[in-house]
Amino acid sequence: MKEPLLKVEGLKKHFPVKKGALGRVKGHVKAVDGVSFDVMTGETLGIVGESGCGKSTTGRLLMRLLEPTEGKVIFDGRELTALGGDEMRKMRRDIQMVFQDPYASLNPRHTIGKILEEPLLVHGVKDPKERKRKVREFLEIVGLSGYHATRYPHQFSGGQRQRIGIARALMTNPKLIIADEPVSALDVSIQSQVLNLMQDLQREFGLTYIFISHDLSVVRHISDRVAVMYLGRIVEIAESDRLYGMPLHPYTQALLSAVPVPDPGFVREQIVLEGDIPSPADPPPGCPFHSRCPFRMDVCKSNVPSLAEQETGHSVACHLYTEEARGDDNKTLVTEGSL
Amino acid sequence: MDSRQKVLEVSGLRTSFFTDGGVVPAVDGVDFDLYRGEVLGIVGESGCGKSVTSLSVMGLVPNPPGKVTGGEILYGGTDLLKLNERKMRKVRGNEIAMIFQEPMTSLNPLFTIGDQMIEPLRIHRKISKKAARGKAVDMLRLVGLPRAGEIMDEYPHQLSGGMRQRVMIAMALICEPKVLIADEPTTALDVTIQAQILKLMKDLNERLDTAVLLITHDLGVVAETCSRVIVMYAGKVVEEGPVGEIFRNPQHPYTEGLLKSVPDMRFKQERLDPIPGNVPRPGSIKTGCRFAARCPYAFGRCTEEDPDLYDTGDGHRARCFLRERKEAAAYEGALAEG
Repeated sequence: MKEPLLKVEGLKKHFPVKKGALGRVKGHVKAVDGVSFDVMTGETLGIVGESGCGKSTTGRLLMRLLEPTEGKVIFDGRELTALGGDEMRKMRRDIQMVFQDPYASLNPRHTIGKILEEPLLVHGVKDPKERKRKVREFLEIVGLSGYHATRYPHQFSGGQRQRIGIARALMTNPKLIIADEPVSALDVSIQSQVLNLMQDLQREFGLTYIFISHDLSVVRHISDRVAVMYLGRIVEIAESDRLYGMPLHPYTQALLSAVPVPDPGFVREQIVLEGDIPSPADPPPGCPFHSRCPFRMDVCKSNVPSLAEQETGHSVACHLYTEEARGDDNKTLVTEGSL
Repeated sequence: MDSRQKVLEVSGLRTSFFTDGGVVPAVDGVDFDLYRGEVLGIVGESGCGKSVTSLSVMGLVPNPPGKVTGGEILYGGTDLLKLNERKMRKVRGNEIAMIFQEPMTSLNPLFTIGDQMIEPLRIHRKISKKAARGKAVDMLRLVGLPRAGEIMDEYPHQLSGGMRQRVMIAMALICEPKVLIADEPTTALDVTIQAQILKLMKDLNERLDTAVLLITHDLGVVAETCSRVIVMYAGKVVEEGPVGEIFRNPQHPYTEGLLKSVPDMRFKQERLDPIPGNVPRPGSIKTGCRFAARCPYAFGRCTEEDPDLYDTGDGHRARCFLRERKEAAAYEGALAEG
């Protein structure tokens, strides 16, 4: 079997919560709480989940924009979590990020040319002519023109700005791109343009993507495999056709059934979950989903289910699928697709 | 359809913003009717004028720089645009209520939920404080909030986003308005919470017979909640019709493009089919069809003349010359037959 490009093992990020005049640590927000997955070269792994599930924090931990509390990130055979500052900076040439808000992530005082040249400067391309040539080249690759280099971010529309954000990520010729909600701020008709561009670039440059989003329709479209997160953990991970066709975790099932489908004739049974997502500062004991789960059993309230493979490549963290629970509980397993 | 009672009749509505850079016509001649008890969707992308349309109905366009410059908004026979502020205040919140995208910015952080719930009742109804409080608690229960009594004494920051939006809905409906305008009510919410709120809005629409004007950019939300829909583009209505018709048989190339460009979670599509080009800035296109520059079917006439909204049957209308030609062809065909 091929070695994965990225291997994540037991990744955790706990933010301390300080209170009072002395700033004593009163607890932790477990934003990411033991996440493990692999990403193969050339594939797109989608990470979906609702607000506060830890998907964005996971993305930042991989690039070490945040320092993990625990766990390992192994990229291309090297352990990123053990690298020093200089070495890590060099590694960032290979891992780039595209952010949600192209307004906030482009410096308004710099021309597009300067914004795109910067990664080249940082990574030691000394010849200014060579830098200018590359800027023009990449502007054209993302569907803009060379003359755009002299303009400023405010002169572009949201979709064009996201193209610039993508061009900037490509400048250093990376292997992995982590895209955090890259199309969420864009209009519907522009979203699909950017998604198509990302697919074309992937083919052209052999890129590997981690695509983080709350939009389940977009994630299905772009991803080969999808991980579903809830309160800092991966609750299910599988190939996207499988995950969407035959979701196993009750949360995935509810999530998929809640997505509005643009077809008024489409009839389905909607699972409307009760209550809200609990705060990650105070997650429920046991399975983090048990407080809203329609199938909860006694074991769910005390034991955290671990992510276990059910079928090849399809893993789920749910007691409905563990041996002991199956033995003493006759609850029917909802395994047929929710769609 | 026309036998049903119209609660709101908007015709020729124009709202412009007078800025240093010139006059921006955000809403450029919009007509629609809202019938009693229906859920009418207004769908469109940023800058299409959908939100400004709803603010115009409410008399809430920020002035300056904004101003309604023409048209009529008839509510129960009165033109809301002719009412003075004092009279408009009697309509707003009482007859026509509105909820917004971000409930946190429309709730006052310094007052308890109870204070804010009771305020519209005390303004619009002659009712004792105690009775108002009782009604507010009932309303909070109706929108599915547990611990309604306790929530009355809590502050907005103590509630989650979904709960806040429920409070907003309860507050909007407390005076039993005939019309509820909801501007992107679920856009800031998570998918599972969105499902709860949409279900609640539909239930309340059926139970209370309140007409809902739902403004959204999400075609999925339209498909699941609305009975009729208006598609807006660059300040104009480009298509209008029953939801089933619009989704199955779109008559305007923009609607068709929009439907084709969204990924559908039920299937794996190899490639999406986007609309080329960018969403135009309001007022940047002055002559011809506003969509012509991005339209795959555009021909000479499209950039020279403004198309009308042509009737394509069964309450379905589209602002596209292609629909006129079809009509003309059918007409000629009928003539030839005798």
